[in-house]
Amino acid sequence: MSAPVLQVRGLSKRFGGLTASDAIDLAVAPGEIHALIGPNGAGKTTLIAQLCGEISQDAGTIHLDGEPLAGLPPASRTALGIARTFQITDLLPDFTAVENVALAVQIRDGHSFRLFRDVRRDADLRARALAHLATVELVDRADILVASLSHGEAKLLELAVALATDPRLLLLDEPMAGLGPTESAAMIETLRALKSRAAILLVEHDMDAVFSLADRVSVLVYGRIIATGTVARIRDDPAVRDAYLGEGDG
Amino acid sequence: MRDARAWVIAALLAALAALPWIAETIGQPALTGMMTRALIYGIAAASLNLALGYGGMVSFGHAAFFGIGAYTVGILYAHHSSGEPFLGLVPGTDRLVLTIPAAMLVSGAMAALIGALSLRTSGVQFIMITLAFAQMLFFLFVSLSAYGGDDGLIIRRANEFMGLNLRDKAVMYWLCLAFAAATLFVLHRVVNSRFGMAIAGLRQSERRMRAIGLHPWRYRLAAFTLSGMGAGLAGGLMANYLRFASPDMLHWTKSGELMIMVILGGVGTLIGPFLGAFAFIALESSLAARTEHWPLVLGLILLLVVLWTRGGLRALILRLGRR
Repeated sequence: MSAPVLQVRGLSKRFGGLTASDAIDLAVAPGEIHALIGPNGAGKTTLIAQLCGEISQDAGTIHLDGEPLAGLPPASRTALGIARTFQITDLLPDFTAVENVALAVQIRDGHSFRLFRDVRRDADLRARALAHLATVELVDRADILVASLSHGEAKLLELAVALATDPRLLLLDEPMAGLGPTESAAMIETLRALKSRAAILLVEHDMDAVFSLADRVSVLVYGRIIATGTVARIRDDPAVRDAYLGEGDG
Repeated sequence: MRDARAWVIAALLAALAALPWIAETIGQPALTGMMTRALIYGIAAASLNLALGYGGMVSFGHAAFFGIGAYTVGILYAHHSSGEPFLGLVPGTDRLVLTIPAAMLVSGAMAALIGALSLRTSGVQFIMITLAFAQMLFFLFVSLSAYGGDDGLIIRRANEFMGLNLRDKAVMYWLCLAFAAATLFVLHRVVNSRFGMAIAGLRQSERRMRAIGLHPWRYRLAAFTLSGMGAGLAGGLMANYLRFASPDMLHWTKSGELMIMVILGGVGTLIGPFLGAFAFIALESSLAARTEHWPLVLGLILLLVVLWTRGGLRALILRLGRR
């Protein structure tokens, strides 16, 4: 296997008496969709927050393409190639869809201390933003305010914004949450098409999505990875069935 | 469409430029002075609005930058007339082409310093810490007896500028009108630039902006500094208009007045703060003549504007215009 895009070793985080991350080892290979599953409260979102630098780890290391990320703030990690989507969508509501993407494109270009040129007349910036909207098939909604987008459209827009940062690794925190069956199916196809552009760490509760998309799956329970392997292996793992799969949707 | 807007702006500027003659003709010469003050406060409020309305930084200390701009002009004049350099280093001057840039630089530097510390916080803490810094500067100038202390600093003669007589009310008015137009133009460019988009993004969601790779603090600080410079420009003009700089200009109530102007006119809009400043000055001068409790009436009007106009006077005017 080629060198991993993301290499996590011994990552630990405690909140008082609660161990949210317990010596987590995790690797995401280039071109891989690596799913992270686990019951509510297992520490999935805490792990994402540590990967993108929103909270610091107590112990352990995170490497992106061999580069250590310790101590880097979120904005610097984005510049290195980590992009994320949020479990609860977090977009700029006063801006249109294309403006949300264009802002990410502009930041990717370097600093934004250009104080005197009208950004809305920057045809090149808009064209590049529209290309990312095309990837998620939102071009016809480009000039709609985010506040007026449907939930499913906002989820797709978050994906387009993440792509605009030109990531090497995408952290997707429940991209299917709240989507209807048709929207979910469309999202699965969109994500499948993204595999060639970036490695993906996919946190998801929708098991149909996980089993149809993932190359490998890691199972997180009470802050520990209890198993990692192919879909088939995870599905048959007795410990996983016990801890997780058996509980809810059988 | 763009041409139509350019014509409206040109017509508006022409009408405003004609104001001193109109005021004479209708026998209300005091109107010119009133409008001068409104323009100056408009510059200060529009600058505050860059931080407050566009960047979402609720600064309760912008009077400090306004006052520092005024004192910069005053102190430079004091050293010009005494002949002794400031701190033995900086010679005084009464030339407007030097004093106004100096006022902007000094207040900008102070805004950068205060901003650098205050912008480590957000929300209520930010409001309180900007207020605290401004009050510290207020007390500093109150105790600065070399420059008039509590009584303020009298500037005997207005600055020199291209041989114009700045004591003439009309000339001063036109000068302030030119500066106000320039301020609006610069702000218009800034809020529509990449930088403007970045700070407007920060107002809406800091978390989102970090996630797409923006370091919030740097951009907020730059916007806060620009905003302080604009307030300093207004202060420098006010010192020339009043020929006086006083600690009152830095008092927290003045910060509050600037905020009221922004809210009255329209938060996060270009022209709103100017409308707010005009309305504030008009209300102040018409109400203060009738009752000393005029702030009560002002408060009620502010309440009505906030509750009913959905976006201040600017929104109200736009809605009436469409009808």
